[in-house]
Amino acid sequence: MSPTAETVARLWQGEMVARRRRALAWLALFVVAVGVAAQIGQVDLRRLADGLPRAGDYIARTIPTLRIETLGGDFAEWMWGLDIWVGLLLDTVLIAYTGTVLGAFAGLMLSFAAAATLAPRWAVTGARRLLEFARTVPTLVFALIFVYAFGLGPFAGMLAVALHTMGALGKLFAEVHENADLRTVEAVRSAGGSWAQAMRFGVLPQSLPGVLSFGLLRFEINVREASVLGIVGAGGIGEELYLAVRQFEYPDISAIVLLILGTVALIDQLCARLRHRILGAEALRVT
Amino acid sequence: MMLSRTPLFFAAGFLLLVLGLWRVDATPERILDGLGKLGWLVGLMWPPSPGGALGDLLDALAETVAMAFLGTLLAATVALPLSFFGAGNVVASTLLRFTVRRSYDALRGVDSLVWALIFVSAVGMGPFAGILALAVPDIGLLAKVFSEALESADRRQVEGVRAAGGSRLQAIRFGLIPQAAPVMLSQLLYTFESNTRSATILGVVGAGGIGLALGDRIRLNNWDEAAFIVLLILVTVAAIDWASRRIRLKLIRA
Repeated sequence: MSPTAETVARLWQGEMVARRRRALAWLALFVVAVGVAAQIGQVDLRRLADGLPRAGDYIARTIPTLRIETLGGDFAEWMWGLDIWVGLLLDTVLIAYTGTVLGAFAGLMLSFAAAATLAPRWAVTGARRLLEFARTVPTLVFALIFVYAFGLGPFAGMLAVALHTMGALGKLFAEVHENADLRTVEAVRSAGGSWAQAMRFGVLPQSLPGVLSFGLLRFEINVREASVLGIVGAGGIGEELYLAVRQFEYPDISAIVLLILGTVALIDQLCARLRHRILGAEALRVT
Repeated sequence: MMLSRTPLFFAAGFLLLVLGLWRVDATPERILDGLGKLGWLVGLMWPPSPGGALGDLLDALAETVAMAFLGTLLAATVALPLSFFGAGNVVASTLLRFTVRRSYDALRGVDSLVWALIFVSAVGMGPFAGILALAVPDIGLLAKVFSEALESADRRQVEGVRAAGGSRLQAIRFGLIPQAAPVMLSQLLYTFESNTRSATILGVVGAGGIGLALGDRIRLNNWDEAAFIVLLILVTVAAIDWASRRIRLKLIRA
């Protein structure tokens, strides 16, 4: 017997009521969460109301005075520290690059052990825990510790970037390896190759495009992260920015932030091009 | 032809690596010396101890999560209207769309710690500066992914609403938003996770949360307490990730 129109309508009504009730429950939960968070975060609307204009005023002050008549001179005055800043930005990019390469290499070594299809269970668990630890501790926390151990300067920053990158990339690389075709691994093994050789010749060639393109993405992120390491004394442009903010050198703040933005945009463009190249080469290889 | 330049790329990359190692002054004796000191620090970290301030630390941790939550919420509130200007199926002008998207990129280009530094200076120390610092780069990120969610929506439902006599606003409300909402919500959860991670360090520059305590402990050489705080951060981040993954899976299935 097929259900009558009335039954269908009744069921529909019931479903709608249940849905509405669920939505209301979520909404209530959300409102409570906002309330609790606002309480803990010490947000009061009066402070917000006077905070926002102050923030706006602060940002307005960082805008340099550029007059049309004396544009060249004003611009030069605004960018008075250009050569120092560009030098520090190059440092920042270099810290990010070196950290990314070393971290990616360490992550790659660990990623084979962390791939569930390639390694025994104990190795997978061990490698995954280690990678998890390395990527959950923020780069800045590593930097704070390394500045103590290795002294102030870019070396501590580079090492912090490398360690965090190892954790972040190791996990992604392991996922790439897990997607690899296992027949090549068997081929290497049956030809008498060791496990390491099977990884090198059976898995890596398949994963390489993914590995490189994740590595490039991470490099972009690391350039952003390296730009703040100087705040804790770990090298790069961050220290100059910190000083400018601390000493209320308003136009310097906007100059440095703009330079960071420019650098980040440039690196992003470059990496995007390289990524297209890699993926393009991959498409050629498959077809 | 295209592949033949690949070895050149790798050689250039390797040279750059060597240059980098030289620039950061990675001499073997420095590395050995540092590793020795690091081992000594790790020795000092064991066993981790709350140092009698467990209550305060848990408060600071709650503040961190609250900052991440409110920062995400603030960013989403601002990003949602902005995202309509960046979506090709809502705003037809290519020039406007291009300008809007570039400005979203600009907001994302600067790390939240830089914003924290600026906002602490502008509105004073405390979690409020942290909330603003988390929200600003997220506005750029969320506006961009929201625009993409809107663009990937199916046109036919929007046309359906229009054909039934709905206004443009109604078409967006009933044709576009129901399609884009699950994607947007799951992006929001991702952002919340990532903000929890970022929020843990904002305190280093005075913007509230657990980072203040961590920075202090390291400056005062209280390594066992610093290790305890790092462990607390790890547990919190893992818990938030787990909860958020559960909700995201639910959203996808629904």
